[in-house]
Amino acid sequence: MAKRIDISGLTAYYGSHKAIEDISMTVEPRSVTAFIGPSGCGKSTFLRTLNRMHEVTPGGRVEGKVLLDDENLYASNVDPVTVRRTVGMVFQRPNPFPTMSIFDNVAAGLRLNGSYRKSELNDVVEKSLRGANLWNEVKDRLNKPGSGLSGGQQQRLCIARAIAVEPQVLLMDEPCSALDPISTLAIEDLIGELKERFTIVIVTHNMQQAARVSDRTAFFNLAAVGKPGRLIEIDETERIFSNPSVQATEDYISGRFG
Amino acid sequence: MSHASTAVQERPTPPGGHGAPKSALTSRSLPRLAPVGFAAVAIALSVGISTAAGWHSKVQWGMIAALLFLAISYVATTVVENKRQAKDRLATSVVWVCFLIAIIPLVSLLWTTISRGAERLDGYFLTHSMAGVLGSEASGGVYHALIGTLEQVGIATVISAPLGLLTAVYLVEYGKGSLAKAVTFFVDVMTGIPSIVAGLFILSIMLIFEIQPSGLMGALALTILMIPVVVRSTEEMLKLVPNELREASLALGIPKWRTILKVVLPTAIGGITTGVMLAIARIAGETAPIILLVFGSQLINTNPFSGAQSSLPFYIYEQYKVGEAASYDRAWAAALVLIAFVMILNLVARGIARWKAPKTGR
Ligand SMILES: Nc1ncnc2c1ncn2[C@@H]1O[C@H](COP(=O)(O)OP(=O)(O)OP(=O)(O)O)[C@@H](O)[C@H]1O
Ligand SMILES: [Mg+2]
Repeated sequence: MAKRIDISGLTAYYGSHKAIEDISMTVEPRSVTAFIGPSGCGKSTFLRTLNRMHEVTPGGRVEGKVLLDDENLYASNVDPVTVRRTVGMVFQRPNPFPTMSIFDNVAAGLRLNGSYRKSELNDVVEKSLRGANLWNEVKDRLNKPGSGLSGGQQQRLCIARAIAVEPQVLLMDEPCSALDPISTLAIEDLIGELKERFTIVIVTHNMQQAARVSDRTAFFNLAAVGKPGRLIEIDETERIFSNPSVQATEDYISGRFG
Repeated sequence: MSHASTAVQERPTPPGGHGAPKSALTSRSLPRLAPVGFAAVAIALSVGISTAAGWHSKVQWGMIAALLFLAISYVATTVVENKRQAKDRLATSVVWVCFLIAIIPLVSLLWTTISRGAERLDGYFLTHSMAGVLGSEASGGVYHALIGTLEQVGIATVISAPLGLLTAVYLVEYGKGSLAKAVTFFVDVMTGIPSIVAGLFILSIMLIFEIQPSGLMGALALTILMIPVVVRSTEEMLKLVPNELREASLALGIPKWRTILKVVLPTAIGGITTGVMLAIARIAGETAPIILLVFGSQLINTNPFSGAQSSLPFYIYEQYKVGEAASYDRAWAAALVLIAFVMILNLVARGIARWKAPKTGR
């Protein structure tokens, strides 16, 4: 069950530093939304506000509303732990748990939440690893440590770990930035399959990737150095890449930026 | 092309008047074992000079040899190789000389303890107490003291390891603001408490509540000494756990306490165990609180909660004070037992650290 996300008037701070300001947009269910924009404009920060991971950073603070199918994530009685089970996340750098085997890494979300049946576990792990296109490479060494995999394999392991808990939204922060073209392709194919079931948001610096995988694209930018990042525009990916309504977007996409 | 070859020819020749080497990348170098040769020459020269001048102090001999070694290796390398290599070798030599100076006391201490302690250390010594043994008699043993040390250190560990661990978890994972600052400050202060003060503190409580000396009281004083060491080392280990792992776990919807329990602590467990073992090693050698609070005994008392006990450091002190040849032997043997105890703990800690360390093998 994928969910729609409605963001309105979202501002995020690191201590007294305002990183992003007044962002409003809608993320459609069962689709891929790409975030693009120059480094430091707050894409990761914004992404992390969508599953309440921003407040994990010391000094992290959020104002505004994020509605997940009409439920405000930032309402006072919402438990961030439940939010994060519903909205999963894959990080820029692969971060498998070093003390756990490949199997345990994928099973970690279920096991540590305590809500699973033993008989299911094998199936869930296999299904998630197949879903992340990793099963064939690791099926003979599920008990080996996860940190013994290559960087690309580790990243797919992290994706498998994230989808094993069956979230409804999957946030991916530059998931391919450390990968070779083949692994990248594998992950892009994977995103194409996952969007049948999940709502997917992906941050990327790769324009071709954004054009290939996403249905809608949002462009972020800084008004000036030291100013908070803002949403410039969000539209169908085809329009953003062919005929954006804002000049800055066109400049950025065509490389005439800065 | 011609440019490159002139550049090679213009390369400054190394000092010492030798022609330019044939290739820009290879140059003359000393054989790998040259430092050993330098050391031999330096020692021979130093012995020669010292006997000629009639100096007797072996320390002086050693210092002259060390200085000669540094000088010879620097000069020889300058002549044969070049200035940069010579500096490199000088730095390496200084490191080696310092290393040797640092391990001399260690080796000599180990050697003395082992050679003198081995005379009395046997099964009989380990399994008998001093009950009814006169100081000058060459019998008796360390059993009662060993029992005392094991029990007191054991109790102290059982109390301070969890307390210290939880404090460190609080400081690293939850602590912010003034409470955390205060805790850090008091842990720092406690690190510096002399053991006799910890002993006096417990003693004052014993006097107020009229408690008799027992192994437990000694263990409490040891606890005071052990907690800050455990907190400090655990804190350092927890800080080494990358934040990304915590975030990865939290992002899966795992509550913070389970994240700490199942992800953070297992990742750091090797280092934490080593820290606890080192803290145990530190308190196992404490004498002052034992003298004050456990009182010492010649008899076997396996109950740490009532009655006087002995302990290894106390036993060493006691036997030394007797002042007989037989008691000196017992003191050395007990010192050997104490060192072996600490050594075994260290080995166990290393074993656990290696076994539990995050695995990277493919
Ligand atoms: N932990 C932090 N503490 C303080 N400021 C931070 C922190 N993380 C990010 N920032 C600031 O927030 C702003 C946005 O950073 P963010 O990481 O969201 O950028 P980004 O768009 O993801 O960049 P990139 O494309 O390089 O990943 C930057 O000005 C950055 O300096
Ligand atoms: Mg980023």
